[in-house]
Amino acid sequence: MDLGEINPVLLVASLMVAATPLLLAAIGELVVEKAGVLNLGVEGMMIVGAISGFAISVETGSPWLGFVAAAIGGAVLSLLFVLLTQVALANQVASGLALTLFGLGFSALLGQSYVGIKPPSMGEIHIPVLSDIPVIGPILFQHDPILYVGITLTAAVWAALKYTRAGLILRAVGENHDAAHALGYKVIKIRIMAIMFGGACAGLGGAYISLIRVPQWTEGMTAGVGWIALALVVFASWKPWRVLLGAYLFGGITVLQLNLQAAGVAIPVEYLAMSPYIITILVLVILSADKSSAPASLGRTFHASH
Amino acid sequence: MIVLEKRPQPSKAWSYATPLVAVIATMVFGGILFAILGKNPIEAIGTIFWEPLFGEFAFYYRPQLLVKGAPLVLIAIGLSLGFRAGIWNIGAEGQYIMGAIFGAGAGLAFYPLEAWFIFPIMVLAGAFGGWLWATIPAFLKVRFGTNEILVSLMLVYVAEQFLASVSLGLLKNPEGFGFPGSRNLQSYESAHNAELIAGSGMHWGVVAAFIAVIFAYVLLNRHMLGFHIRLTGEAPRAAKFAGVNPARLILFCLGLSGALAGLAGMFEVSGPSGVVSIDFNVGYGFTAIIVAFLGRLHPVGILLAGGIMALTYIGGEIAQSQLGLPAAAIQVFQGMLLFFLLAFDLLTNYRIRAARSEVA
Amino acid sequence: MKFTSLLASAAMALGLATGAMAQDKTKVGFVYVGPVGDGGWTYEHNEGRLAVEEHFGDKVETVFVESVPEGPDAERVMTQMALEGADLIFTTSFGYMDPTINVAKKFPDVKFEHATGYKTAPNVSVYSARFYEGRAVQGLIAGSMTKSNIIGYIGSYPIPEVIRGINAAYLAAKEVNPDVEFKIVWAYTWFDPAKEADAAKVLIEQGADVILQHTDSTAPQAAAQEAGNVITFGQASDMSEYAPMPRVSSIIDNWAPYYIDRTQAVMDGTWETVNTWDGIGDGMVGIGEISDAVPADVKEKALALKDAIASGEYHPFTGPINKQDGSVWLAEGETADDGTLAGMNFYVEGLEGEIPQ
Repeated sequence: MDLGEINPVLLVASLMVAATPLLLAAIGELVVEKAGVLNLGVEGMMIVGAISGFAISVETGSPWLGFVAAAIGGAVLSLLFVLLTQVALANQVASGLALTLFGLGFSALLGQSYVGIKPPSMGEIHIPVLSDIPVIGPILFQHDPILYVGITLTAAVWAALKYTRAGLILRAVGENHDAAHALGYKVIKIRIMAIMFGGACAGLGGAYISLIRVPQWTEGMTAGVGWIALALVVFASWKPWRVLLGAYLFGGITVLQLNLQAAGVAIPVEYLAMSPYIITILVLVILSADKSSAPASLGRTFHASH
Repeated sequence: MIVLEKRPQPSKAWSYATPLVAVIATMVFGGILFAILGKNPIEAIGTIFWEPLFGEFAFYYRPQLLVKGAPLVLIAIGLSLGFRAGIWNIGAEGQYIMGAIFGAGAGLAFYPLEAWFIFPIMVLAGAFGGWLWATIPAFLKVRFGTNEILVSLMLVYVAEQFLASVSLGLLKNPEGFGFPGSRNLQSYESAHNAELIAGSGMHWGVVAAFIAVIFAYVLLNRHMLGFHIRLTGEAPRAAKFAGVNPARLILFCLGLSGALAGLAGMFEVSGPSGVVSIDFNVGYGFTAIIVAFLGRLHPVGILLAGGIMALTYIGGEIAQSQLGLPAAAIQVFQGMLLFFLLAFDLLTNYRIRAARSEVA
Repeated sequence: MKFTSLLASAAMALGLATGAMAQDKTKVGFVYVGPVGDGGWTYEHNEGRLAVEEHFGDKVETVFVESVPEGPDAERVMTQMALEGADLIFTTSFGYMDPTINVAKKFPDVKFEHATGYKTAPNVSVYSARFYEGRAVQGLIAGSMTKSNIIGYIGSYPIPEVIRGINAAYLAAKEVNPDVEFKIVWAYTWFDPAKEADAAKVLIEQGADVILQHTDSTAPQAAAQEAGNVITFGQASDMSEYAPMPRVSSIIDNWAPYYIDRTQAVMDGTWETVNTWDGIGDGMVGIGEISDAVPADVKEKALALKDAIASGEYHPFTGPINKQDGSVWLAEGETADDGTLAGMNFYVEGLEGEIPQ
């Protein structure tokens, strides 16, 4: 056992990569939930994003187009959820689960001819000068562009929710849809936009796995990331920066446990493998002292009765 | 312009008709999907819905519907009680695993002793394992206000790792040449949850599922506790005035759903499955959430929904081997069925009317 | 109990009847644990099925069901295939062992072939591949090419199959490079590409410049490519899209010859229970082309080792070999017996760390 073999700089850099799909999906879901909608179909939207992004970037040779396609793919799938929950007023929990089931199957059908292909590579941005700074350089300035997109998106969502009128309306819809409706806001329309934004973000997160982190296409390759993303939103008590923190924490523990294994630390492996989940629970218990709670209308169906 | 008008009372007629309409719509759209995949749609649909029930080998498939449906129903019944009260246990998969581990562990501790009391002890141990795993989120919620959705979900992953650990270590079959997995309980008579009438598919888990349905029905309709559960879900403030103790309700609902999921795991491991292995769990805990909602959180509805889910699984397997449909197509088909069941439910509670365009 | 046997025999009679009806075509069923699009384990079994179809043309009909969970679902799928007249059924996952035996009892006239298990019956054969032979070849290349003397190994679960591979690779690497050190990471999953990618990155960060994997995705290949001077080996399928670097060679599961052989045996009526454990020599384990990134002398040695193993001249586990605790396992010149190999649950001397139990 030699802990000296673990390089903290590389550890932090790689946990940022590991956390990015989680972050993207969770920040999208945060907006959805802020609007008062609980979409449990994140995993389904991610995997559809993963295959849309993969297929398009293989066909066009451009990873950028792939990510655009992934966002569109996720958003289009989320329209099914819109149809069920906003038009047909169906139960959101069940609709979300159905969406995941459908998405997993649908992506597998789409992906049949893409097994065993290598996608075009996106490369990393090495910001000149800054990336050469010791310690900070490799951590902050030597990543792929989408990782920065994720962080930027977090900041944008935070600022939009906090400072813009649109953010205020979104929160109002999530807190009390009847009051928001009475004030003349179009509850359904706002929710539809939020859901599609969530779908697009989940799609990006999925494509990050199939195009950058792994990169390849196999059925069911998101392997439960969507569920963790859902958990993260609750974990973060619906605060964007805490989503970032949570994603890094979760990604960090996952990467750290692998590091400890490789360094030969004599903790039984199965307990190390459990550790990300157990630590998440512990942190959650500590954070539950914070009483800032869920959007009040979360998961409730809205129907404007005149 | 078309508007929705909420019915004063849910329509009885539509509540019976919507599942039928949904199934027909699924057949139409599923048929289109199968046609795109180059299969004869009528043949494919017929295979999925007809073969398991009335086909040449229905004598084998009908009992299998019970085997496949029972754990779904048993888990979903427990979940539905909590869901009605707004208590979200989505970690039934983990409770199912723990029930199986505890149940099998209790049985194997007696190996090779043959005695009548072993199986009842396993049943208790299985229920206890599930109860224990569900009580963790319940306790954290009551004591610290921690969100139960997240904790119960996280505990699924912990349970999966624990399952891998015992399959490779504690419960590993000493005569298994080092391979993972426990002894097969099917060949340990005192611990075997055998079919009560061979070939019928009826094992104790199926019996337990039926009992749970009746129990839940009576509880919800005839018992004070059931009233409190419904009240808490529908009108939390009113529930408070009615003297509902929320902490006790949380502990009860989560604990019971955990115990039922644990029982399902225990009956599965001691019967149809036989061994504790790394891949023992196959997603019943998650599918049961869908079953609970498909059944509209109503005990009888859940029974029917469990049957329909089991039917599409078994019919789907037949369609795969007979027609070469990919498993993914079956998954999409199941997804469609859920979509339509959920969407057409609209007609039960709302009336669609044409109306003049007006400012919303 | 009377009713039982009545029902069982009715089922059997029906099964036989349909079986007889389909006599003109031999029907072969395959039960898969993953999707055929997994690009690894199930994908290669399906390639074997396609090879059977191609080889026999109209004389054979194949059916398969994918993503079948181990346990009662597997039992149902097998029964269904048997009822529908399959003559031969391949069940391709270790967890199908007991279900295969159960179903085989009910259908004595249907032949079953179970992959990677150990329970046989009059109508159940078992088959598996000696992947460790390929691991030895990989170990030789890995040991020769590492500059940091650190080789990373990604394991799925600590089961004999994986442990055997680690030992074989280590012994071969040690043979050519006494300073070599193995870092082993257990992913505790069969399939999670993202986690495999993380594991590979961690190993590379901790100094490994060779990555061996016992998981099926190409994620470690991509991670190695990104890192630069790291070499890898394809697993289950060739993964040639990553050649010549980082993928320098591969182990390929090649089930086709066996599947064709056994189908032929059923057609000829010569099928009998066997316990097959084939390696490089019989073509069940293929060694993917060794790329130009490997120095010529190393390549030559690797090919020589491959040939020696194929001809049976050399056994990857040939004494003297001690166990990790220093106790003697194999004396000078002694080779490992199949029983010990099949259930291998210990590291050989020199490997560090403990096998998780």
